[in-house]
Amino acid sequence: MLFVTGKGGVGKTTIAAGLAVHAASRGKRVLVGEVDATGTLATAFECGPLAFQPRQVDDRLWAMAMNTEDSLREYLRVYTRVPLVARIGPLARTLDFVASAAPGVREILVVGKFCYEVRERHYDLVIVDAPATGHVVGHLAAPWAINELVQVGLVRDQTKWMIDILGDPARTGVVVVTTPEEMPVNETVELVGRLGAEVPVSASAVVVNRVLPELFTRDDEAVFDRLRQPAATRRLRELAGEGAERVLDAAALAVALRRSRADDLSRLDERLPPGLPLLFVPELFARADGRRVTIKVAAALGEEIS
Amino acid sequence: MAGARIGTAPAATLEQLLAAKEIVVTCGAGGVGKTTTAAALAAMAAVHLGGNVLVLTVDPARRLADALGLEALGNVERQVDPVLFTGLGLEPRGELWAAMLDTKASWDDLIRRQAPDAATRDAILANPLYTNITGRFVQSHDYVAMERLHEVHASGRYDLIVVDTPPSRSALDLLDAPGRMTEFFAGRLIRWLTAPYRSRVFSAATRPLTHVADRILGARFLSDITEFFVLLQSLESGFVARAAEVQRVLADRRTTFCVVTTLEPAPTREAGFFVAELAERRLHLGAVVVNKALPDWICERAPTAAAEQLRRRAGEVAGELAGPTRVPAERLERVVRVIGDSYANYSVVANREAEQRAELSRTADVLVTVPLLEEPVHDLAGLLALGEQAWR
Repeated sequence: MLFVTGKGGVGKTTIAAGLAVHAASRGKRVLVGEVDATGTLATAFECGPLAFQPRQVDDRLWAMAMNTEDSLREYLRVYTRVPLVARIGPLARTLDFVASAAPGVREILVVGKFCYEVRERHYDLVIVDAPATGHVVGHLAAPWAINELVQVGLVRDQTKWMIDILGDPARTGVVVVTTPEEMPVNETVELVGRLGAEVPVSASAVVVNRVLPELFTRDDEAVFDRLRQPAATRRLRELAGEGAERVLDAAALAVALRRSRADDLSRLDERLPPGLPLLFVPELFARADGRRVTIKVAAALGEEIS
Repeated sequence: MAGARIGTAPAATLEQLLAAKEIVVTCGAGGVGKTTTAAALAAMAAVHLGGNVLVLTVDPARRLADALGLEALGNVERQVDPVLFTGLGLEPRGELWAAMLDTKASWDDLIRRQAPDAATRDAILANPLYTNITGRFVQSHDYVAMERLHEVHASGRYDLIVVDTPPSRSALDLLDAPGRMTEFFAGRLIRWLTAPYRSRVFSAATRPLTHVADRILGARFLSDITEFFVLLQSLESGFVARAAEVQRVLADRRTTFCVVTTLEPAPTREAGFFVAELAERRLHLGAVVVNKALPDWICERAPTAAAEQLRRRAGEVAGELAGPTRVPAERLERVVRVIGDSYANYSVVANREAEQRAELSRTADVLVTVPLLEEPVHDLAGLLALGEQAWR
């Protein structure tokens, strides 16, 4: 099971979808689930709205959207022999309420569902498009927190097997997604530190998304500088049209952006624990996110992994 | 720069908008530069509009302090050292203040203010569930953010308050937080839970219910929860009244919302959603701020045509330029092709962005675009430079 997290806006859902497509293409049966019901995962597969009930979106690939109410209902169905009549009405409402107010219950309904899928081995790999960096530790730590808070009862019993799955590095890992920018890099470094320290689940990899291409080698850049000298630029305008100077400006902008991000990349590399794999996914300059981008991301991840 | 406001025209710039409002709430998806935008607007207002300006960040990322030269930004408002402004050759007309929402501390304050007596107060503050709920829950974060905004606004210390909101899972969470608090207390469930435990256990109607709940959650846990809510219920009238006030302040004409976004697909979708939600709730959308935009000219026809020429005729162009630049034609050809290709890449993105910006421009009277910065904002000068781009 892989929890894919990252600072908001870094493309965590796209990476989760890409990882799922990659794993499915390697013959694994994969479930990918979105925790924040924003619908972004459905966009990544262009498959229409997703529901709690997993739906096949590709060969060997199923997708679902988390919904704590449905998760609770499934939990009650599987673990308690509560007669149907008691499950509806006041009890369901009570538990909904408890789920929204009591510490960790909502989180455990989320994490528990994915753990359950892992335990039942319905799939070879479960990928969770998890909450953003700020909240993911709270989710992962929920079974431990509940275990401390709740003294007896079914919920406490349930936390034990979840802890076994989550705490086993062979079965559970976290993939932290970042972009080569200052704040996402800082949050990534911070989160990797918190994982393991605050909850016994550790990071398996960091994915750097939207890495801008290096346009020039050092020698080529010297050539580019010569093209930007007035005489050469004038000649270029004659040859390619009035807009040629702007084309050079755009290349200069691309070089500057890449350079400003190179510092963030090296900072990331320095501050992460040695041995933690770093995977790079290039900026795709795509028109919109969707299936096409997901497939490209899967291919890029595949190259990095192999 | 837009002209003076005349007649019935709506605000055309952020300067005009901020001069007319007391509260500006910035909202949008995570990672779009909300916090930086809020700080930049507050700094600009302090410099150009005068008065006491407070920027209240509720982003747990805690990055505002660095840019404002405040080492320890906390729940208590602190003034940004005026020397930072004069050092930049500026004479600000007003004062810039900053605070960061500390969820736990704000909840503790709230409980202290609302508790009917010392015993209830201490019992709540010491309850383990209370600590857990206040410290860990996004929803509680949203509520207390709105509550804190109301508090500083009611204090009358500030002419303008710029609030940076937490990256909510959905726009609704933040706006609905006060209302949800009211509903929560009015709900039948809290009444059921807080009814005397004994009578609940022995009531024939609810016995199976309690039994099942106990089996699932553990009896001790349920009674812990019950105790907590019994305590909390003693605060009900205070909470409900406050929630109603907070909601009134949000809907007041002195308050405006500023949707911040980038032009990437997901944040733009989120921004559109936010705009719709504000309209639905009859809240005032004052401006849309578009951050990290590529320059407009990338979409222009002349450079696009030139880039196409460079890509198609790279060899020919390199041949012509080899002499004057004294660079081997082969290397020149490679560079020319890379330049043309890179332009094509960026123009795909720039065109997509232009399309999305056009859609957003139909939603608000003020739409400002802040270009992609090569360097992130680190200090007050950077904040003001960014604010300058958005201001007029």
